[in-house]
Amino acid sequence: MDALLDLLKHNPLMPREDLAKLLGLTVDEVNDRIAQLERDGVIIGYQTVINRDRWNPDVVTAVIEVKITPERDGGFDRIASRIAKFEEVQSCYLMSGGYDLLVLIEADNLRQIASFVAEKLSTIDAVVSTATRFRLKTYKENGAFHDLDSAPERLSVSP
Amino acid sequence: MKIPIADHVSEIPKSGIRDFFEIVQSMTDVISLGIGEPDFVTPWHIREAAIYSLEKGRTGYTSNLGLPRLRRAISDAVFRATGVRYEAASEILVSVGVSEAIDTALRAILNPGDEVLYHEPCYVSYNPSVKLAYGVARAIPTRVEDEFALRADALEAAIGPRTKAVMLNFPTNPTGATLDREQAEAIADVCIRRNLVVLADEIYSDLTYDDRRHFSILSVPGMRERTVYLHGLSKAYAMTGFRIGYACGPREVIDAMMKIHQYSILCAPIVSQDAAVEALERGEPAMLRMRREYELRRNYVVSALNEMGLDCFTPRGAFYVFPKISSTGLTSQEFSMRLLREKRVAVVPGTAFGPSGEGHVRCSYATGLDQIKVAMERIAEFVSEVRAEQARSAA
Repeated sequence: MDALLDLLKHNPLMPREDLAKLLGLTVDEVNDRIAQLERDGVIIGYQTVINRDRWNPDVVTAVIEVKITPERDGGFDRIASRIAKFEEVQSCYLMSGGYDLLVLIEADNLRQIASFVAEKLSTIDAVVSTATRFRLKTYKENGAFHDLDSAPERLSVSP
Repeated sequence: MKIPIADHVSEIPKSGIRDFFEIVQSMTDVISLGIGEPDFVTPWHIREAAIYSLEKGRTGYTSNLGLPRLRRAISDAVFRATGVRYEAASEILVSVGVSEAIDTALRAILNPGDEVLYHEPCYVSYNPSVKLAYGVARAIPTRVEDEFALRADALEAAIGPRTKAVMLNFPTNPTGATLDREQAEAIADVCIRRNLVVLADEIYSDLTYDDRRHFSILSVPGMRERTVYLHGLSKAYAMTGFRIGYACGPREVIDAMMKIHQYSILCAPIVSQDAAVEALERGEPAMLRMRREYELRRNYVVSALNEMGLDCFTPRGAFYVFPKISSTGLTSQEFSMRLLREKRVAVVPGTAFGPSGEGHVRCSYATGLDQIKVAMERIAEFVSEVRAEQARSAA
């Protein structure tokens, strides 16, 4: 199952026939296992990794460090899920250390982010403070490099 | 005047792989399954350790035997793999790749005319290395029916009055053959009874599949005193260009090898040795990832070859498959040459690894899956075209 997940993680578009050959399974078995992983909520989506410098470079990405006061019932979870539901929020993590939530957001321009922070995020009662930082350049995303080194040369036949 | 070449060197034929390489080099758009080294670049943390080594100005010689820290790491790694402990101070020699260690070991133990046995098909250097050490090389053919494992009875039958040593390479390049515990014990029994030295080249021993770990002949009681254990970083850690191998053996053998090594090589490059320390101390997760990738590709290649009617057993080690191609009516050489010319896929004829490789070709799966897929499609086309030809000429 590990190997199947690894392959899907790197390339969810890999043909099921290839997956079957790689894993030594039949195509039906592969389909069943993927369906099971989806049903179990292990696989919750398939996404495309986009190089933002090549496509729509004006999109603004920010990470926001959010300090919140945990609630007596539910701790951080309720506030976190409330924040995570905003459409601008791409990812939201509970963190150890100097702040509580790390929120990744993406918007068309700076103004949208400013208004999200000022009008949505900061106005939530439990939010104590926010610190917003903007992405300048991406080098690696979800395990994929944005600028690929060319493959080094190897001898074409060797013992 | 013409500089005369020594007789024993003149007699060694040029490597069959060499000619093939020249032809491939002159062509474009070739997908090569002929490569005997990992397609992965050395894991970054190991390369980074090499850069750090240079930054610190570590550019001098090391002890002839190799850096003490590296020898300690090797001692631990060999103990984990085989249960046998070697003294880092006196029983381990760091060499420039396993090739140097094989050469040095043979020169250390052979008197002119001593005989060395090896199983075939095998790595291209065994036969010439023995001859260059003034020994007599004798091949023991292995058979596809045994999945190219060496049979203890075949070994015993090959032993003559001057047989001094046997070279073992499991997992095997080019066949991917492995020995299970029982087979290794049976061979060990012959070696002990008939008093043979064993040169165990276990360069591929980290790359075994199907959750079966390699069982080293060194682990059999009584073998430590008669074995020179040879291993290196090239294959498992994708470090071929770093050129780091090592030999472990009883002190007197390492002492003798050390005499040759110190006058011919002096020491392995220090930057490579620093990188090897990093690999052995922290490289296992990266190695395991590469191993898993090889295993998946092996599954793909074996199933694709069998689908096109080229019989291919599932090898449990190294990164080669050795399908049988005789059903196409072609020899290994014809098959490889035509496949290269007509479909631009390079495989290595089995005969490059000794006459008993006839009827087979070696395909390496140390190549990216995208390339492997296209190569398998092209080979399938080629095979069906050759079969159609056969049918026409039969009719």
